[in-house]
Amino acid sequence: MDREKARRRVGHESIETRHLRERGELFQALKSLDRRSFMKVSAAAFGAAAAQGLLPPHSFQPVSVAHAASPTGTPDTPKFTFAYISDSHLYDRNLNDRFVNQLMRAVDDINAMDPQPDFVLYGGDLAQLGKPVELELGAQILKNIKAPRRMMVGEHDWYFDMGEKWRELFGEPRYSFDHKGVHFVVLNSVIEKDFWTERKMTALERMMTVAGLDNGIQSRFTVGDEQREWLKKDLEKVGKGVPLIVFSHSPLYKLYKAWNFWTDDAEQVQAILGKYKDVTVIHGHTHQLLTNRIGNISFHGMLSTAWPWPYAPEGMPKLTIQMGRPDPFNPHDGIGDGSVQVHADGLVDKIYNLWNRNPVTVTRQYLASNGAKDKPAAPLLASY
Amino acid sequence: MFASKASLTSLLLLALGTAALANCGGGAGGKSAEAPSATTGTAAESAPGAGMEVLLCDGQTKTVVPPGTSGTAIAGDLMTQWLRKNPNSSWEAEERERHTLEPSADNDDLVGRVNGQTYGSITHQDVALWKTETERVALAGSSVFHDAGALGSTDGVSCDMCHPHAANTHPETYPKFQPQLGRVALLRDMINWCIEHPVRGKAFDSDDPKLRALEAYILAQRKGKTLNYGKH
Repeated sequence: MDREKARRRVGHESIETRHLRERGELFQALKSLDRRSFMKVSAAAFGAAAAQGLLPPHSFQPVSVAHAASPTGTPDTPKFTFAYISDSHLYDRNLNDRFVNQLMRAVDDINAMDPQPDFVLYGGDLAQLGKPVELELGAQILKNIKAPRRMMVGEHDWYFDMGEKWRELFGEPRYSFDHKGVHFVVLNSVIEKDFWTERKMTALERMMTVAGLDNGIQSRFTVGDEQREWLKKDLEKVGKGVPLIVFSHSPLYKLYKAWNFWTDDAEQVQAILGKYKDVTVIHGHTHQLLTNRIGNISFHGMLSTAWPWPYAPEGMPKLTIQMGRPDPFNPHDGIGDGSVQVHADGLVDKIYNLWNRNPVTVTRQYLASNGAKDKPAAPLLASY
Repeated sequence: MFASKASLTSLLLLALGTAALANCGGGAGGKSAEAPSATTGTAAESAPGAGMEVLLCDGQTKTVVPPGTSGTAIAGDLMTQWLRKNPNSSWEAEERERHTLEPSADNDDLVGRVNGQTYGSITHQDVALWKTETERVALAGSSVFHDAGALGSTDGVSCDMCHPHAANTHPETYPKFQPQLGRVALLRDMINWCIEHPVRGKAFDSDDPKLRALEAYILAQRKGKTLNYGKH
């Protein structure tokens, strides 16, 4: 090869030239490989390149590896995929541009997906203090998403005007729909008992109280009697064998009460969902990788685009493999977006697209085997 | 806001002391512009003729009463005045309700023991005072920690947004070499780093009462953790 000759002649090549050469060779080799070999070659090339110090670890992510094949090696094409963005906590653009930019990055991520997802779920907490200016800014940014969009409400969107602006922009917070044989339910799981009237709080004081994760004055999240009745009715028309996917902002189980990583009537909601064959709950609020399974219900958290929360000091679900400890010096670490691959059997693979880290897939095999198979890689640095 | 945060409890005790008019002779009342505290002296002076002027230990709040007025009435009047001037006087109780604080160490086992130095014999009042004063500094830290305004944030970000209940602050691991800074960092360096970067504020001087309070709160919340400096 000419380049080989040129290299011998010069005697050395710069890091940049070597990087480009190796990258070119890698992609050339990849064209002639099937998916399984692709994984090996890709991993080997990445390892080799990283070992030589040629690449910062985040510059070359074998993103397609996670999507390309199941861990068993069998071709494993999902029936459909939907993407998610969650917990952007927007302030007014003039006050805080960082959270705005991060949401825009997520929108770019989703728009770059090929093939495009069937729809995009927004997981709640679009605003930080539920103000009209924040929600309108969010709505404006989310309009740039090419795929159809489904909205869910979070407590930060709600407690300034009790959801008035949010409903004006996005409609009712609870609804259901069917998509390719799966029944989807979206809940408003952030209903709190009135703690503000007695304390004579202003709308902003109420919002600030709920906005504080560790604020003990607020009440606990619930789905509520009225909505549980609605859920029962909604599910009556759904066959027991139909897969269910439920979106709720808070986790629909009890993890850690002090931070509202918690739904107070979780057991009652689980009892309603437990009658169905395969149920998946996708929730926001916790800003981290979070995996749980209770009976036939699988639970997955969503990443935030704003900041990561620490893991709860107690009550962690056994199945959760924590995400790597975020680097505070990197404002895009520990956050991101992701997607959910829904398979023919109604079970899902949950993909956490951590910015600046390799994506993590929590597979349906991992959950179905109760953690015995296909365990995601443990983080290098656990949380303190 | 910081200097005015006096303890309601100790003020009440002092006001009652004032009312008894037995402990009030020594202080040079009226000179101090500082908030009332357990160490500030109090003074009472007889006004010629009509009534007696009684000064609260803050050196500012006063009342004029006819001789023979009961101590409780004097104390009540002074406290009512003081509370009107200090509407945030229940901030400690409010802060405790909003954001739970790990309790400081219980020193009850020392009560009644003589150590021959500072204390002739340690009393219940002594250990209560230690606890109240210590926890007050941590509570002040909690209020700053949860308040973007007090932190001087320019982007609405406060500490609790990433560190609820001061989680993931791991003060027990400092000092340690912080590779991102290229030097050894103390807890306060990391607090100031956060204030300058995610919070987009101005770093505190190392003796700034707010920084001291933040350190106190963070350390309080990690009670029981083993010190392990240098740990990554």
